[in-house]
Amino acid sequence: MTSQPLPGGGAASPRWGVLHRRPRLRLGLLLGPPMLWLGVLYLGSLAALFITSLWTVDPFGGNIERVWNLDNYRDLFTIDVYRTITIRTLLIAVTVTVIDTLLAFPIALYMAKVASPRLQRALVIAVLTPLWASYLVKAYAWRGMFASGGPLDDLGITPGYGLVATVVTLSYLWLPYMILPMYAGLERLPNSLIEASADLGATTRTTMRRVVLPVLFPAAVAGSIFTFSLTLGDYIAVKIVGGANQMLGNVVYDSFLTGNNLPFAAAVATIPVVTMVIYLGAVRRTGALDSL
Amino acid sequence: MKHTTRLVATVAAFALALTGCGTSSGDDSDNDGSSSTEEQGGFTAPDVPMADQVGPFEDSLSVLAWPGYAEDGSTDKSVDWVTPFEEETGCQVDVKYFGTSDEAVNLMKTGQYDVVSASGDASLRLIAGGDVAPVNTDLIPNYADVWPFLKDREWNSVGGQMYGVPHGYGANLLMYNTDVVTPAPTSWSAVFDDASSYSGKVTAYDSPIYIADAALYLMETQPDLGIENPYSLDEDQLAAAVDLLKKQRENVGEYWSDYLKEIQSFKTGDSVVGTTWQVIANLAKDEDAPVEAILPDEGATGWSDTWMVQASTESPNCAYGWMNHIISPEANAAVAEWFGEAPANEKACDLTSKGFCETYHAGDEAYAEQIHYWTTPIEQCLDGRTDVTCTTYQDWTQAWTEIKG
Repeated sequence: MTSQPLPGGGAASPRWGVLHRRPRLRLGLLLGPPMLWLGVLYLGSLAALFITSLWTVDPFGGNIERVWNLDNYRDLFTIDVYRTITIRTLLIAVTVTVIDTLLAFPIALYMAKVASPRLQRALVIAVLTPLWASYLVKAYAWRGMFASGGPLDDLGITPGYGLVATVVTLSYLWLPYMILPMYAGLERLPNSLIEASADLGATTRTTMRRVVLPVLFPAAVAGSIFTFSLTLGDYIAVKIVGGANQMLGNVVYDSFLTGNNLPFAAAVATIPVVTMVIYLGAVRRTGALDSL
Repeated sequence: MKHTTRLVATVAAFALALTGCGTSSGDDSDNDGSSSTEEQGGFTAPDVPMADQVGPFEDSLSVLAWPGYAEDGSTDKSVDWVTPFEEETGCQVDVKYFGTSDEAVNLMKTGQYDVVSASGDASLRLIAGGDVAPVNTDLIPNYADVWPFLKDREWNSVGGQMYGVPHGYGANLLMYNTDVVTPAPTSWSAVFDDASSYSGKVTAYDSPIYIADAALYLMETQPDLGIENPYSLDEDQLAAAVDLLKKQRENVGEYWSDYLKEIQSFKTGDSVVGTTWQVIANLAKDEDAPVEAILPDEGATGWSDTWMVQASTESPNCAYGWMNHIISPEANAAVAEWFGEAPANEKACDLTSKGFCETYHAGDEAYAEQIHYWTTPIEQCLDGRTDVTCTTYQDWTQAWTEIKG
């Protein structure tokens, strides 16, 4: 059908010509589906989250009562335990991000600037491989590591299950997400710049500060968005190696699955959302996002 | 331009979200219209029709069960009581397992499952939510052989109307490491008042329902609190239980809800004393962990499970067939042995291996009465007090978060 030349070849063109004459319609059709995806599935579910957080459940059956009120937020702000958990979660997220940044920097620098192309490829694969293994397998492996009588205990350095174990496990889990953006950022830095800096008499320290760091900073910020937000939402690692501790994710999980209290879970879930909005706002002010 | 696009997207999102809400609240008002409620016993149960006869079997049955409650031979070839049912009735069984009572309630609310094995802390919530139908026990021949002390209890019936058939029961025991914990404990004080002796190595069940364990202990140690039933606590009594659990929290190494996790920590010695189930104790012993499990002097909390029918099931006949099958002596004995609990059918004890029913104290009414079965705490006090309102499971959930801190 389509292979045959259409009689009066212009038959199709008036139809398609509409698109040609109206660039806005063309743009709309092109961007419509992805915008719908973004609008409905992404922003829509966020909106649903906020709306749900303004409802309550009946005390027994766990059916949602669609009565508008701010009780969930009142509980969230007036009951001390939620503040404690929020602060604990934020501290864990910050610690994990700092540890990952410190660990990733030398690795990324070596991969991008020192290693031979062959070794470079091998290292990229080595960094990526752990991402292929299941999250749970890795978390349970760390549980074995921290156990009494486990490998770390034999060395006499196990902290036992608790916050330290949680931070170590999460730092391990999210490390690739920090290394990769840093590596990509450093790779874009031409070697000639570093050489030029040395030629002009800069010490290694000065080259690091004036040449490498400005390139590295936006990359590190990109990585920190991953490590920070992933930690903020995590609830499984802390269940496996965190001993009796709980994070914000556990409160969401428990409110929803244990208490069948979806509205309160939604209210708790707004804390990480708001935190990330503030964080991204702060990042944007530094200008790090512009150079990505 | 950029701002306009953003505005349009946001408005679209809100419009869609609101449409979504509109539809679902429509469903809700339908529900309210049809559920003319009647007062039954302690609380109001929605009026859901009950079957009056069992007709020809349908084609399929969707089963929601505790792990190990509906084995079809895929886990272990010799463990199979689903296939005989399928052959007998022609109902194709589709099994979904759940991990906690709360998950069971959530899944049952979707309406996709025909029958569910609900523990006492789920069953009342299902009844009150109108998610399960009353069960006509006259249509279930094997019901006659169920131990009488399991029938018409507050966790499986409302106002004398059964909402399911009893399946089996067991107690939450106190497990301890025999190498470390000496002398052997005989009381729950090992995990409460004396917990500091094993600081960092105490474990507890990770669910709000564990508050009842503390309340049970307070029944004995602080009688002036006036706790009659560990699932019926007014605000002061709940506060006392929460205080006790907060003190315990200082000595808790970790909480468990996954039984494999508990076995592992007892094996490594990360936990040395805490609450457990008989089946966990058996498995831990099999793995050469030096453990023993006892029923302490104060008695214990426990579970008593009930098979219930979805209110809106499309396979009511298969559902009744299943309930009759699962409490038949053969199937009930097989489940009890596989899962490690006391069967509900007294004839099942003739078919279990030697000494099994003795280990689990099946049919031992005195032992069974020492167990305070998981029941959903509700506003109306279960112990019969009418001058106060009791704390609900929602309160317990919030309290549990506070306890863990």
